[in-house]
Amino acid sequence: MSDMKTPQALDDVVVVEFAAFAAGPCVGKYLANHGAFVAKVESISRPDGFRAHYPPFKDNKRGVNRSGVFAMNNDGVYSVGINLKSPAGVDVARQLVAKADVVIENFTPGTMQRLGFGYGDLRRENPRLVMLSTCNLGQTGPRAQHPGFGSQLTSLSGFTHLIGEPNQSPVIAYGPYIDYIAVGFGFIAILAALEYRRRTGLGQHIDLSQYESGVHFIAPAILDCQLLGTIADRMGNRHATAAPHGVYPCQAPDTWCTISAFDDQQWTRLAGAMNNPGWAVSRRFATQLGRKENETELDALLAQWTRQQDATRVMARLQEAGIHAAKVLNVAELYDDPQLAHRHLWGKVTPQEVGLHHVENPAFKLSRTPHVDPRPEPALNEHTDLVLRRLLGMATQQIDQLVDQGALERTR
Amino acid sequence: MAALSSCRVLDLTTPLGHLCGKILGDLGADVIKIEPPAGDAGRSRAPLYTDPSGARHSMFWLSYNSNKRGITLNLESPAGRELFLRLAKDADMILESFPPGYMKSLGLAHENLAAQDSKLVYTAITPFGQTGPYREFCAEDLELMALCGVMSLTGYPGKAPLRISLSQSEGWASLYAAMGTLTAYHYRQRSGEGQFVDVSAQAACVIQCVHAPFFWDYNRELPKREGEFMTGRTITGAKFRAIWPCKDGYLTFIIYGGPAGQKTNRALTEWMDSKGLAPEFLKTKDWNQLDVNVLTQAEVDQMESVIGIFFAGITKEEYMKGVVARGMLGYPVSTAEDVLRDDQLTARNYWQSIPIAGRAEPAHFPGEFAKFSEMRCAIRRPAPTLGEHNSEIYTQELGISTERMMELRAARVI
Repeated sequence: MSDMKTPQALDDVVVVEFAAFAAGPCVGKYLANHGAFVAKVESISRPDGFRAHYPPFKDNKRGVNRSGVFAMNNDGVYSVGINLKSPAGVDVARQLVAKADVVIENFTPGTMQRLGFGYGDLRRENPRLVMLSTCNLGQTGPRAQHPGFGSQLTSLSGFTHLIGEPNQSPVIAYGPYIDYIAVGFGFIAILAALEYRRRTGLGQHIDLSQYESGVHFIAPAILDCQLLGTIADRMGNRHATAAPHGVYPCQAPDTWCTISAFDDQQWTRLAGAMNNPGWAVSRRFATQLGRKENETELDALLAQWTRQQDATRVMARLQEAGIHAAKVLNVAELYDDPQLAHRHLWGKVTPQEVGLHHVENPAFKLSRTPHVDPRPEPALNEHTDLVLRRLLGMATQQIDQLVDQGALERTR
Repeated sequence: MAALSSCRVLDLTTPLGHLCGKILGDLGADVIKIEPPAGDAGRSRAPLYTDPSGARHSMFWLSYNSNKRGITLNLESPAGRELFLRLAKDADMILESFPPGYMKSLGLAHENLAAQDSKLVYTAITPFGQTGPYREFCAEDLELMALCGVMSLTGYPGKAPLRISLSQSEGWASLYAAMGTLTAYHYRQRSGEGQFVDVSAQAACVIQCVHAPFFWDYNRELPKREGEFMTGRTITGAKFRAIWPCKDGYLTFIIYGGPAGQKTNRALTEWMDSKGLAPEFLKTKDWNQLDVNVLTQAEVDQMESVIGIFFAGITKEEYMKGVVARGMLGYPVSTAEDVLRDDQLTARNYWQSIPIAGRAEPAHFPGEFAKFSEMRCAIRRPAPTLGEHNSEIYTQELGISTERMMELRAARVI
């Protein structure tokens, strides 16, 4: 179903998406990055919430086709305008689902059933269908219906408690951290279910709780409190055993570097790379235990050294000597980082209204079926004709009629 | 039957890739964790639990190596390489996370193995990728979190950027590695052709910045860290408190707009009013008209000052009960212990009881990452002890004699 000539790993997969914000749509985006045909069902009365509600908007002007956070989660996806409040629209959506390999939805549990799109309904028409339902807390359980956003779920699931200095308030993770863990697991779950279907002929329903998939990322802390009776806590940038292990200020304002040493050899190399200043060769820092014992002083002395230098050069100089060190990149610098540039992490797209901008390419590279250049995020209802022609073989006239009835929508 | 129950995976990874192998194991693959005879570095990752026999168990190792069988093998000895090649003959996937070039130096690179089996999916997970200017750089979690941008967004303005105090980069690298491996496997099942999957942990970790880079890309605005506050939600530049002290810890609440936010704000006002803590300006606000996008800092501060007084007087548990009963957005800031006690997770049978050496009570492990209607992805076996499956795999499955096993053991090949 791909537009491209190069083989794409997932170009045999058709996805219909009833999803909004991050956790559903980003799964569709990742499938599209490797060639899946992803049709996102939207309408003017129910556009993806990221289109309407969340900055950044290009030039700070709001508009459904101007959102950066929408673009981030939807490049490569096609937007098909279907009014699900109209029976004829519902009928078209059902026909699309009948052609789909995968349906992705992230409504509050029960919503799809009320629309007549519960897995039981869809399966009757398409027993090979794989359906991913992804939501905050899962489809069942006493709090299934409780609404929530990923940025706050990141606190419920134990991450926020682990960010900050000891004995001070925790600080937040920027944005819906946990959502993207669930995105990865959702993508994995879909490919697993497609493999199961290849072997058995059977589709299936996937109930993915973002909470439950996210807790895997704090699994060691879950075991700590049971096996050791200790509740993992925030500890700034410090490490259980390594010292130094911190972030240090560099010469220019708000520039920082990390330095860490996991054993005494690394520390000796670090001292050497600093030209062995007197303090660095003193006995109190000679062993890991000594450095841990005197870590506050060690951090202050290291900061005196880094403050004279450029962060990029600290990284280069220490890495040259085989020491763990890095510059703390700000988000602008992500676009210029030579390693990320080498991997083409940022692809370029040129949607009509926003013009040239970047989207994220996959973090993994496939040697035989590399992803092709990304396509822009869709304008609202941009691909109604393309999707309905391609998947249902609808003629333009037929689409015109349904548009006139208010069942379908095109770009205005 | 499970999705990958016919699939064999050789997992040579260091901690950077442990979760990747576990995910494939959860999906039913026969994952063989291959460790050097001295044991994988993950086994000594702190904190450690010491059982009554004196054996030490790493929380990290236990967490990310279930659903794997474990063998020891010294790849740097000729006999070890020969054994590895025999194992690789029956493998569908190989996972490794050595520095770039290491497997090649052993003659075990993707191109060597693909010559023997063109269907092989070979996934290499490294901090920065196989090629490029940083390929030789050494990096643990702190360096990866720094070079993916997320630390610049975490912490207080003017103070040092922060990482999460529990290593996360291995999780992200492994998650994207499993995504890449399964993408390649999907293609192989269609075409019969395997391929090489080159995973960069740095690139995988960039997703933690979520949409922050888009502020720069779209409008040349540079999002920064603001402590307990959330920014980037308005065109006025106002910031919103997200973390609030309460009686016994912290909780999260954010003034949202949209239908869910408006409902939340109304419900909170009523709740505060029931305790006599809702001032007139809050009670008379038309929440339906609240547009968070255009709120000024002064308006936000006025609301937050009174909300903070209310939150300071309630506990995490009271808050949780209140937000659920009232259909409000918001959660406590949970510790790992709070997560363990959460009734939602219990009701969904999330936790899996796994016996632990020397303990009468089993430990609760995070269970299925998703609930599939036709298959399970639960823990079928706990993380292996060192060399636990050496005789099962070498003797029973590869047919190596007991005498030969003793020689291999004596020579530290296994």
